Amino acid sequence: MLDLLNNFQLNSLMFLIPSLFMFCCGVYGFLTRRNMIAMLISLELMLNSVDMNFVVFNRFLCPGEMEGMFFTLFAIAIAAAETAVAIAIIINAYRIAKDIDVKDLTKMKF
Amino acid sequence: MEATLPLLILVLPLLMFLFLGLFGKYLSHKWSGIIGTLGMGVTMVIAYYTAYTYFFSGDFVDAAGNRLQYVVFDQQWLSLWGDLSINLGFLLDPISALMLVVVTTISFMVHLYSNGYMRDHHGVYETGFQRFYAFLSLFSFSMLGLVVATNIFQMYIFWELVGASSYLLIGFYYTKPSAVSASKKAFIVTRFADLGFLIGILVLSYCTETFNFMSMTSSSVGEGLYHVDVTSAEGVKTMIESRAGQMFLGGSIMTWALVLIFMGGMGKSAMMPLHIWLPDAMEGPTPVSALIHAATMVVAGVYLVARLFPLFMVNELAGGAALDIVTVVGALTAAYAAIVACTQVDIKRVLAFSTISQIAFMMVSLGVSRGDVGENLGYMASMFHLFTHAMFKALLFLGAGALIHAVSSNDYTAMHGLRKHMPITHITFLIGCLAIAGIIPFSGFFSKDEILASCFGNSMVAYVWMSLVAGLTAFYMFRLYYLIFWWKEHKVHEGHHAPKDQPWTMTLPLIILGVVAIFCGLVPFSEMVTWNGHPHHAHINWTVASVSLAVSIVAIGIATLMYRKENSLPAKMRSLFPRLWQGAHHRFYFDELYMFITHKIIFNSICKPIAWFDRHIIDGTMDAFAAITNKASYAIRGLQSGNAQSYVWVYLLGALVLGGGTVAIIFLFF
Amino acid sequence: MESLLSIMIYVVVALSIMIFSVLAVTTRKILRSATFLLFALFGTAAVYFMLGYQFLGGVQIAVYAGGIVVLFVFSILLTSHPGDNSSKLESKKKALGLIGAIAMFVVCAWSLISRCSLIKTLPDLGEAELPTMSQIGNDLLSSGSNGYLLPFEAISVLLLACIIGGIVVARKK
Repeated sequence: MLDLLNNFQLNSLMFLIPSLFMFCCGVYGFLTRRNMIAMLISLELMLNSVDMNFVVFNRFLCPGEMEGMFFTLFAIAIAAAETAVAIAIIINAYRIAKDIDVKDLTKMKF
Repeated sequence: MEATLPLLILVLPLLMFLFLGLFGKYLSHKWSGIIGTLGMGVTMVIAYYTAYTYFFSGDFVDAAGNRLQYVVFDQQWLSLWGDLSINLGFLLDPISALMLVVVTTISFMVHLYSNGYMRDHHGVYETGFQRFYAFLSLFSFSMLGLVVATNIFQMYIFWELVGASSYLLIGFYYTKPSAVSASKKAFIVTRFADLGFLIGILVLSYCTETFNFMSMTSSSVGEGLYHVDVTSAEGVKTMIESRAGQMFLGGSIMTWALVLIFMGGMGKSAMMPLHIWLPDAMEGPTPVSALIHAATMVVAGVYLVARLFPLFMVNELAGGAALDIVTVVGALTAAYAAIVACTQVDIKRVLAFSTISQIAFMMVSLGVSRGDVGENLGYMASMFHLFTHAMFKALLFLGAGALIHAVSSNDYTAMHGLRKHMPITHITFLIGCLAIAGIIPFSGFFSKDEILASCFGNSMVAYVWMSLVAGLTAFYMFRLYYLIFWWKEHKVHEGHHAPKDQPWTMTLPLIILGVVAIFCGLVPFSEMVTWNGHPHHAHINWTVASVSLAVSIVAIGIATLMYRKENSLPAKMRSLFPRLWQGAHHRFYFDELYMFITHKIIFNSICKPIAWFDRHIIDGTMDAFAAITNKASYAIRGLQSGNAQSYVWVYLLGALVLGGGTVAIIFLFF
Repeated sequence: MESLLSIMIYVVVALSIMIFSVLAVTTRKILRSATFLLFALFGTAAVYFMLGYQFLGGVQIAVYAGGIVVLFVFSILLTSHPGDNSSKLESKKKALGLIGAIAMFVVCAWSLISRCSLIKTLPDLGEAELPTMSQIGNDLLSSGSNGYLLPFEAISVLLLACIIGGIVVARKK
């Protein structure tokens, strides 16, 4: 046991698997949730896990470079923008339909 | 000579066109007319000064007294590849200086005249008055650019520009269907002829390896100065050494090139069988007819042949038939148009056919102009007649315009007996008729005499033929004159005014042109304009002159007999040659022939199958695509459920298949 | 060899990320869902700190936790009544979603593990080699070969467009 602890070293998979788990939670939520805000929350989870992947790859595979970090930085900014617009749309939809259930918002078909 | 001043001759009308075209609607009618007229007046003065300097300053004459060609400037405009480039320039030589004078004079008179003509009886301006002046300026610019062209390509560019502005002006009353179809007809017929012109240009420049007139026909004798000299000209040498011997369908390459170029000239100058557009072009306003379809644009064909005349000469000496073709076409057209003119009712049509006939005179004169006869008298005579004809024909047209404006009809049947009501118009019109009939001392006498003399020197057939046509000319002009001004006048209806002379803007050009038409025959032309610049002293050939004078007087006598007063002689004459009269009245069915060829043959056998192919095969293919897309999208529209989560499902499945598949392949095979 | 403390921190962070993610997508109260999202985001920020990207962790907390989650909370309060439960999911749909997510997990995990080159231990870096604040600032606003001025400006324009777009879309007609 102590040996195991002594030989323990952080490797990239230890971060990538939780991140992947988070991503799949996001997928699950996006597929099953009906409330549009809840869907948006799932979307944020997915986005966040991808951000994390960038950082992890940057740190483990190309240490000393900063591309992954900057990419995450910009992704966060874009996520903020995207959320703002999405919420504006949701609120508008709510105002029109008095509901934000995605099942009921099916106007945009053929 | 400074290049700026001649440049202004081109720039001013162009600026006028842009100014009146763009800002005309912000100007009052009156001021746009005044500005347009003043602009043209200034251009005219500059052109006079330029021509005066060219002819009389002595700078452009070599030691032997030959007049030289002078290139004022010649800028490269379009560089193709290698040595091949197209220039825009300004060439002063005897004929371009002459044309500068003619074009600007007539254009100014027409500008002035239109101030009065383009109004109704109450002095209200016609709609589009500014547009009219803008187009007139555009035409003047194009025509001036044509005459000063230094190379054949520049000439072609401006050639098309005059065609375009002629189209615009014929169709000036664009709400009138006949004007619209006349403008289309003029444009299409001349375009068709220009196809030949373009091919001719390409063949000729291929033979001579240049577009430039000076390199084709002249040798350089100093800074910007050239002497027309076919024996040492580069272009002629190149052509003769390399390619002139090649034959194609029975003619040498050079003959073909010149004949094709002449075809372009036939289109513009309304030679048979491409003349059909000119009588219809009379649908345009009368000042336009005077400017474009009598004095300037229609002589562009003559000018073109004159410009390339040294090449025609070389061709003639090499045994080519180009000049003979010019002669034959001209002679046939002259007779045809003169006969038709005897039977027309519309006075503008009579003048139109008279124009065709007179231009044909100039063509014949060029055609019979040979190196060994009278020092190329014909070339000089042709240019001389061009000059005098421009003056008296513009006078006749403007006079006709005044008559039409006064009685509001084009037919002589609506006129009769106007000599008392419109004395100024009457006198000036009579001067024009006497000039065109060739009565001494009016200008037409001198130029026509030179033409007949050169025919006489060349071939007896041509001489007799052209003398008879000259007699016909005198006959139909005086027939027109008597029908308009004599006969019993119509009664003036209650509440209508009797026709009277028009305002000064219209009568002043008539008086000026009348004076010019009397005296311009006295210009010593042979010392100023000859084909190679070598002056010679012409003298009136009194044998020829007295014969032609006699013919004219006899013809006028016959006309007087028949038309001085209403009598039964014309009807008798008509019943004597019913077929001939009918044929002439219908212009020998040329229009019908063209209609038959285009409608029955070309439209039916070529266009209809093409149209069918277009509609059913090409459009059908496209329609089929559209129909298939439509059907398919209708069938699969259910996929677009509007439910966002179902889209995500599809996306996820696709991603899984792709990602899983890729991973599996890598895992299994690598 | 890592210290026991860092192992414990790693375990705690990884577990919290996973647990809060699951909770965020399964809880039936929407406000709670947003709160769990917040914790998952904190966990991500902790990962950034662990890996030495202090600035990024700070941004994560400031923008995500401080900005986006607050936005979520506002919009939740605007569009639903507090205390409402979202309707219970049909089991069929739930099962389908679960299958999809698990399939996703399997495919991705499989591909990750099968690419051994991606598995690396944490390289040791001196303090100097980790990005410092001044370096980040310089790179963000430089136009040289390592500069990010162009995306920076593009993002600023995008944000402006978002502000305007958000106002236009959401305001009362």
